[in-house]
Amino acid sequence: MNAPQTPSTEPFRLVVVSGGTSDPSSTRMLADRIADRVRRLAEDRGEAVRSEVIDLRELAGEITTAIVSQLMGPKMTRAIEALGAADAIVASAPVYKAAPSGLFSSFFHVLDNDLLIAKPVVLAATAGTARHALVIDDQMRSLFAYLRTMTVPTSVFAATEDWNAKELGERIDRAAIELLLLMESGFAGKVRSESWKSYQHEYGSAGGTELDIDLSSDLMRLATGGTTAKPRKA
Amino acid sequence: MQFGVFSVSDITRDPVSGQTPSEAERIDAIVKIAVKAEEVGLDVFGIGEHHNPPFFSSSPTTLLSHIAALTERLIVTTATTLITTNDPVRLAEEYAMLQHLSKGRMDLMLGRGNTAPVYPWFGQDIRKGLPLALEHYNLLHRLWREDVVDWEGEFRTPLQGFTSTPRPLDDVPPFVWHGSIRTPEIAEQAAFYGNGFFANHIFWPSAHSKRLIDFYRRRFEHYGHGTQKQAVVGLGGQVYLAKRSQDAVKEFRPYFDEAPVYGHGPSLEDFAQGTPLSVGSPQEVIDKTLTFQETFGDYQRQMFLLDHAGMPLNMVLDQLELLGGEVVPVLRRELASRRDPESAEAPTHAARVKAKYGDEPARQPRPNANRGDNVTGASPYQDSDAQAEYPSLG
Repeated sequence: MNAPQTPSTEPFRLVVVSGGTSDPSSTRMLADRIADRVRRLAEDRGEAVRSEVIDLRELAGEITTAIVSQLMGPKMTRAIEALGAADAIVASAPVYKAAPSGLFSSFFHVLDNDLLIAKPVVLAATAGTARHALVIDDQMRSLFAYLRTMTVPTSVFAATEDWNAKELGERIDRAAIELLLLMESGFAGKVRSESWKSYQHEYGSAGGTELDIDLSSDLMRLATGGTTAKPRKA
Repeated sequence: MQFGVFSVSDITRDPVSGQTPSEAERIDAIVKIAVKAEEVGLDVFGIGEHHNPPFFSSSPTTLLSHIAALTERLIVTTATTLITTNDPVRLAEEYAMLQHLSKGRMDLMLGRGNTAPVYPWFGQDIRKGLPLALEHYNLLHRLWREDVVDWEGEFRTPLQGFTSTPRPLDDVPPFVWHGSIRTPEIAEQAAFYGNGFFANHIFWPSAHSKRLIDFYRRRFEHYGHGTQKQAVVGLGGQVYLAKRSQDAVKEFRPYFDEAPVYGHGPSLEDFAQGTPLSVGSPQEVIDKTLTFQETFGDYQRQMFLLDHAGMPLNMVLDQLELLGGEVVPVLRRELASRRDPESAEAPTHAARVKAKYGDEPARQPRPNANRGDNVTGASPYQDSDAQAEYPSLG
């Protein structure tokens, strides 16, 4: 599955994943502000961004089903398709009990390990107090590192008091330009086309798109009557 | 086309009555289910293999030879035989014995087993599960085809001049299915040897199973066993039947909701929508089952999971009546009318004997005389050219 680099004439595909559960949700608002900023910056540079939002609240039942039974419901399937095709992602979580919400984490837990390889991601989180400010860098970043994503240097955290602060806007600007530059560079596409095989995959992983079969592996030799045993000394 | 039922041998609390059957009750029940399967016109009964509670089927060949003795047409098989934690030498011996006792009315399906603690109980390691399965089958394959085997591999102690007894019935090895959900190496091994490939087809949408089945068909042709259409494919499936659709849903729901593996997860409706499960009237089950042929092409064996999740015996027997009485006859007719004449026949011992010998008599190996030390010397059979080479000292 070697996703070609997005041609510059095609709009960038930005997928927003929001773990907010209320409506309106500050977690969603934060994600939307970042996505809007990315879109405007892109327009200023003569580029287009098409964004799509995955509101995890609507997928809550299917996420728990996927955890206990591996069955992907229709909404999960659409979300996986969108993420697989995404050029970049904004992932925004509410902080509960000093951690990103279980719904948010669970969603990423059930994705294939190789679905998001090398994709640029802005990590964002909201909380009721600034004491949770390190949740992104301490906890969310490791999850996205496991998924081999390219998280941008600036994480965007918003506690209640940040919503009126111009510094939040500045951090959003920073994260947005970082994300846009990574998209423009075609980093994800290049990593995938040049190095896809060097990551771990399973048959049917990457959201069902990873279907390459290496017929020359040691295991394939064993499958066809060969051996992996070392010859014994005579 | 063969139709059958398979059981994982779970002993599960009936969520409606609250009763958990004893091992003795469940073992008696499974024999009745198998006998009933033949009575209602099904072709195959399969049993799983497990080595831990809450399952009873640790010794599938013992159960299956008993069932074979109680039936006349039924083919007995496994779902699955653990090719990882069993010694392939014991598998060769036990299943050849079953083949003799059942007069060829048997085959077996190989699987790896995904219960990690079981592996070390048998001196193995689940992290080596795939190479174990592949290597063990390579040996099993030879043990049924060569009178005398010298062998050396990574996982089992080497063999020198070994003869697996009894030789397969009519010197035609039991038919083997390789079961897999998402492992291309298993499909490749099935194709390489020209064996059958079985997709469990219970938990995932048909599209998942189709990828690997299509790969198996291509590789079957690649290895020269026939065309892609002639590859031998089996599918699982899961049904619950009632005369009226709404009764089926109502009766099955408590069992579905508390079923091991997927219970407490998806709703029955979502699961039936997303997977091969059909819950409904005979016509609904017929309609959904016919889509399998549309998806996968002509295939040779359809197995249904009926008895699980604590369903009481009388309920399973009623299911068999409906399946054998109202569903399978229609499926047989429909599928026969759609079948491409090029596609493979379902595997039977008689057809395999015919393929090997034509009208000639089958080989019946007769051992050479005991030399007095309980072995027959270097050549085990009177008609055999094979010579064992025993290791020498010094």
